[in-house]
Amino acid sequence: MTLDTNRPAISAVALVKNFGKTRALDGFDLEVAPGTVFGLLGPNGAGKTTAVRIFTTLLEPDSGHAEVAGLDCVRDANRLRSQIGLAGQYAAVDELLTGRENLEMVGRLYGLTRARATARAADLLEQFGLSDAANRPARTYSGGMRRRLDLAASLIVTPPVLFLDEPTTGLDPRSRLSMWDLISELRAGGATLLLTTQYLEEADFLADRIAVIERGRTIAVGTADELKRQVGGERIELTLARGSDLDAAAAALAPHVDGSVRIEAETRHLSAAAESGARRLADVVRDFDAAGISIDDLAVRRPTLDDVFLTLTGHGAQDDEEEAAA
Amino acid sequence: MNTDAQRHGWLYWQVSDAIVLTERALRHIPRNPELLIFSTIQPVMFVLLFRYVFGGAIKLPPGVSYVNYLMAGVFVQTVAFGSFTTGVGMAQDLQAGLVDRFRSLPMSRAAVLLGRTLSDLVRNIFVVAVMFGVGLLVGFNPQGGGFEIAGAIGLLLLMSFAFSWIGATVGLAVRNVEAVQSAGFIWLFPLTFASSAFVPTASMPAGLRAFANNQPITHIINAVRAWSLGVPVGSNAWLALVWCAGIVVVFVPLSVRLYRRAASS
Repeated sequence: MTLDTNRPAISAVALVKNFGKTRALDGFDLEVAPGTVFGLLGPNGAGKTTAVRIFTTLLEPDSGHAEVAGLDCVRDANRLRSQIGLAGQYAAVDELLTGRENLEMVGRLYGLTRARATARAADLLEQFGLSDAANRPARTYSGGMRRRLDLAASLIVTPPVLFLDEPTTGLDPRSRLSMWDLISELRAGGATLLLTTQYLEEADFLADRIAVIERGRTIAVGTADELKRQVGGERIELTLARGSDLDAAAAALAPHVDGSVRIEAETRHLSAAAESGARRLADVVRDFDAAGISIDDLAVRRPTLDDVFLTLTGHGAQDDEEEAAA
Repeated sequence: MNTDAQRHGWLYWQVSDAIVLTERALRHIPRNPELLIFSTIQPVMFVLLFRYVFGGAIKLPPGVSYVNYLMAGVFVQTVAFGSFTTGVGMAQDLQAGLVDRFRSLPMSRAAVLLGRTLSDLVRNIFVVAVMFGVGLLVGFNPQGGGFEIAGAIGLLLLMSFAFSWIGATVGLAVRNVEAVQSAGFIWLFPLTFASSAFVPTASMPAGLRAFANNQPITHIINAVRAWSLGVPVGSNAWLALVWCAGIVVVFVPLSVRLYRRAASS
């Protein structure tokens, strides 16, 4: 089945979901165009997973409306399940079954005949680089291999809409890159993909559009570039040797940066947005030398999720995490 | 991609999904040999301990040897404790996120539970067979005819299936593997010991005796015992059947309901 190209592949209107006293989703809105990759970016506890669980029919919202592939996530849940694939952050594979058996089982549960499930499993094992490990129990797999197997399981019937809940959380850098490659291939194949992540870098690399989500609400939507423009792109950061130089240093830095200079007196730390910051560093160092200000540390940093949150909400991503944990 | 789903009806898919997941759970058995070994050693230990430690001290009607009395009790106790495994299995599937995967698939809502209860039935058959052998070695001498023995085995299997659904319900309600194990002890120990499993209920104080005489385990044990010893079974047979059927009727929908709402957190 193909998606209606005139309707959003995924949409949510004013979703609310409470767990006891905790409000996980608080008027959550979302619209994802068919054939695009959408990144849901937010810290732990922001509501990303709850949203995915509602879209994949695992949870019913308390109020609001959610639709995937033109089907209501509550009323049409049964029909919807054959249109979606889900790969979760906990890599839901059966540890006692082999990789091959896991895929064959899921294939048959999607309604494939035994022969087709077997053939499809073999294809996916090959495609995901698991052929050599195909006949080993999944409990012997590394974290990266389990994620790949989990992702493969969600692709058995190449469903038109895919949900990847933090596909790379907890993976080592090499496994993360190999997941990114796989996800990029899916995007090239034309799937509609919703992925959640805590890493701006990941959303930036993989997603066409990104929604930043905080405390159960969407607080910003746009392309990675649009969001980064709001944050100010790259930042120059430096730490001074002497606290007494703070004012002089701010004045010396100001001509080289794009926005205002943020000063943290206690840590003798200055930072400011500066596009193409690396090219400006030499000038900064020269001016500081001329003014007799010594620097302990100097760096150009790309914006992180924390910067996005700081800019959009006035507080860091960490605060949200602590509240969610409390 | 089109699936083959459209070509068959609802019942076909219920059965097909149940077969797939029973196959899955059966594959688990040889790959988790520790579980099979311990669930076999424990009842064998009970046979030996009760046969040799308590056997001499327990008063029985004249003409009945303790080992012949005991075996029915240990069979039923073993099957009851086997329902643990179903609960632990469901809690594991929840914790591993597998229930999420299954619930997001276009499949039967009862298949995961059926797969586990049916495979645990197979495991119980194996364990009971081993115990039967051990019983014979320590002097168990069933007197019932082929028909009676078949009745006893059939009732044990029915009970295994019925109690697995209680186990599954507990597993889905409690959700934590360790807690499911503790919870199992809390309801299974009183139920199996306050019964006619190891001693005649006549020796118990009045209140306890009234409970013991009227609870399902006792009816099942008495029926299995009567059939294996070749004595008249009386009302125990139909009472045991009614209890097993009642358990199935209550706990199948209850556990399926819990499964539908289950969310791995």
